[in-house]
Amino acid sequence: MYDSVVLGGGPAGLAAAIEAKRDGVEDILILERDRELGGILNQCIHNGFGLHTFGEQLTGPEYAERYIDQVHELGIPYYLDTMVLDIEDHGDFKRLHAISEENGYQTIDTKTIILTMGCRERTAGAIGIPGFRPSGIFTAGTAQRYINMEGFLTGKNIVILGSGDIGLIMARRMTLEGANVKAVCELMPYSNGLTRNIVQCLDDYDIPLKLSHTITFIKGKDRIESVIIQKVDENLKPIPGTEEEIPCDTLLLSVGLIPENEISRSAGIEIDNRTSGPIVTELRETSMPGVFAAGNVVQVHDLVDFVSQEAELAGKGVAKFIKDEINQDSGIETKVDQNLSYVVPQKVSLDNADDEITFYMRVRNVEENKKINAYLDGNKIATKRARKFLPAEMVNFTIKKSKFVDGAKELEFKLED
Amino acid sequence: MTYDIAIIGAGVAGSYIARECSRYKLKTVLIDGESDVGNQISMANSAIIHAGYDAPSDSLKGRFNAAGCLMYEKVCQDLDVPFKRCGSLVVAHDEFEMLTLHDLYQNGLRNGVPGMQILFQEEVHKLEPNLADDICGALYAPVAGVVSPFEMVAKLAENAVDNGVELKLDTIVESIESNDGYFTLGTNNGEIKSKIIVNAAGLYADDVYELIGEPYFELLARKGQYFIFDKEVGDTVENVIFPCPSKKGKGILVSPTVHGNLLIGPDANPTEKGDISTTQNELNFIKEAALKNVPKVGTMFGKIIRNYAGTRNTPIKTEFTTTDGDFIIEESPVKNLINVAGYESPGLTSIPAVSYYVMNDILLPILEREGIKVEENPDFNPKNKKHIYFKDLSEEEKIEVIKENPKYGKVICRCETITEGEIVDTIHRSAGAKSVKGVKKRCRAGMGRCQGGFCSPRVVEIIARELNIPVEEVNYDLNGKSYILTGETKK
Repeated sequence: MYDSVVLGGGPAGLAAAIEAKRDGVEDILILERDRELGGILNQCIHNGFGLHTFGEQLTGPEYAERYIDQVHELGIPYYLDTMVLDIEDHGDFKRLHAISEENGYQTIDTKTIILTMGCRERTAGAIGIPGFRPSGIFTAGTAQRYINMEGFLTGKNIVILGSGDIGLIMARRMTLEGANVKAVCELMPYSNGLTRNIVQCLDDYDIPLKLSHTITFIKGKDRIESVIIQKVDENLKPIPGTEEEIPCDTLLLSVGLIPENEISRSAGIEIDNRTSGPIVTELRETSMPGVFAAGNVVQVHDLVDFVSQEAELAGKGVAKFIKDEINQDSGIETKVDQNLSYVVPQKVSLDNADDEITFYMRVRNVEENKKINAYLDGNKIATKRARKFLPAEMVNFTIKKSKFVDGAKELEFKLED
Repeated sequence: MTYDIAIIGAGVAGSYIARECSRYKLKTVLIDGESDVGNQISMANSAIIHAGYDAPSDSLKGRFNAAGCLMYEKVCQDLDVPFKRCGSLVVAHDEFEMLTLHDLYQNGLRNGVPGMQILFQEEVHKLEPNLADDICGALYAPVAGVVSPFEMVAKLAENAVDNGVELKLDTIVESIESNDGYFTLGTNNGEIKSKIIVNAAGLYADDVYELIGEPYFELLARKGQYFIFDKEVGDTVENVIFPCPSKKGKGILVSPTVHGNLLIGPDANPTEKGDISTTQNELNFIKEAALKNVPKVGTMFGKIIRNYAGTRNTPIKTEFTTTDGDFIIEESPVKNLINVAGYESPGLTSIPAVSYYVMNDILLPILEREGIKVEENPDFNPKNKKHIYFKDLSEEEKIEVIKENPKYGKVICRCETITEGEIVDTIHRSAGAKSVKGVKKRCRAGMGRCQGGFCSPRVVEIIARELNIPVEEVNYDLNGKSYILTGETKK
């Protein structure tokens, strides 16, 4: 019987396992479905990771390496190429069914589980682009894997739909490999990527960012030959007469990420429709006692540093759970107004929290000169100010525990003037 | 090589007829211009096995539909193809549509459809709680079903090849000549000589026929578009839900798929041959039309994982035409050339019965007439090697399968839980997968919600390794033209 099994050896899983081990959890096992630890960081060979955590700019693999080294130092075992098929809840323990080429079919019993499966990319099918369905259409992450890990190019004349960070990073990466990136089209009137990525990945290479544009048709029966792009109006509907055909042999999609919670769902863990991730507490415990979750499986983060932070909370949570120190009475429920798309955690128990609690949320639209106020049962207890709130940037709102009062029921976040 | 029978077109019709031919000691060749079998009409359709109440009883469609439907269990068991008799409902919103249901019921009786029932409002909603409130009745046909059409064709071709049929892919028939009692087919892939031709060239059957014969039918490409939804909402309906049929066809249906997804579509609009593009207006139309019968679909558009379009090959009445929208299944005016044309819905359903008819009522008499001695093939084995659908196995079976072949322990496609063992198996079967799409069609790797985002690099690698070709030479679909990678990165 393990104390904890971590599902996924990416940044969240690694940080959670390390934190749990440091907090005294003995028998931990990491299960990773890919060939190596590190998750998506392995294909993110650009730098910019770790500014918050390490105070320096690291590449993705370097950032991962720091955690992988600690996993080795702490002697935390892991299985690679291992897929978890099922989670069974047996009350005081959970049973995992997992398979791998090396170990065959395994059932693994554990007191706790940490879900750190990350997320997947939205596809052409999910966003319903009309036209043909030829080869040459990749999600940005798949193309990134081909180029950075497998060593193959996916094409020479590129159009990118969506200005999420992976799309922006790939615009630069493909340019550096000699490809001609003809345009990045973004449906919204603003980019969904970090500002620094727009500057460093598009502006520096004269790659046009076409805001309020989308792709309305894909041409090419066998390999993609061109795309039709169109301007959209304020309701995001294509404007007739603005069609422009751009010849290309590759279309990359960077149109959003979706937490991968199929196994959480089938295990019966409650999912928040706003985040598509499990409903979690301040310690990232899910609706199933003893099952914790962190990282992109809970909410799509924009910086890996925050993934690591969240994972540490889950690691701490597991340690407390094993020592039976968690107050299961979750107390306060959090909510947001219509201008904010979600908040994590969805439940807070003051007994379990540290001196301060950080809430993560996103605005739905670009908001200038606004603030986010936190109301505890209707009384304002804290304010978060920023010159500008962007949907692309997750808002971290830290509130001191001393601001809360015992017996409170609801904490609401509102965007206000 | 000189053949007894050359079948042009390796869709469901050509492949099924080829398998019928392999019951006999005949030299049969199955030819297709695509790089894989079942790559056009047979690939993109509604995947429904219709009960058989639609077509007039005096038509070939009416004659073969119900019979074909009832033959599906056996052939799917033999070939190891997923098939489910889920039942179908034609729903009515008012008393006029109820009258249509009664007409369909009577027609179904004439066509020999077993088990039909007219259901009234409460019964319908009890059977399908997600149907629109205003639906006042339905024609229930429990024998209707859903099948995996890609697997159907792949497994038919596999069985045909295993029983001695030769398969020539990437082979486009460019000319047909007849002399000395033989046809000579000129192709991009060399000449093929054959005593008999079966023209099952789908959308191109009229063009193929006109390589040697005077036109007497014409095929109209009618495009139908669809959406596929995530398995998460696959249980929205249990039966295939049809609106009341109109002149334009069976209308926009909402259907479970045999693999547990939900499908809506198709519309029907004339198009050019080869046009399988989806279009915004029609996709919007399908969404709206589906709502009329299953309003819940409106809350599920976020769960769409793919849209696609397929074409029907509808025979149209021209001055030469002998049929009016019916299948054309006959020895043509060109002696020894058999047309299986205008083979649109319910073609997939009818094919077991049609193939039997083509073999016994057309081919065998012609072979006898031409003095070709026909003996049964004593080695004919109707069954395919068992396909291991890892995901559907019990825990004990999974343990055994991995013990026997550890590659079944390695999941390549996370969304559909498809293992490396299954992918390798599909590549090495007769008429096996040679492309990413070939793998996808046969074992569903890449068919799930991430649409191959995670697994396609692995699938490419496995294909390259198993076929012993460079990674860059692995295609998505058509050989050489639907390439995936363009070369190596800078060193």
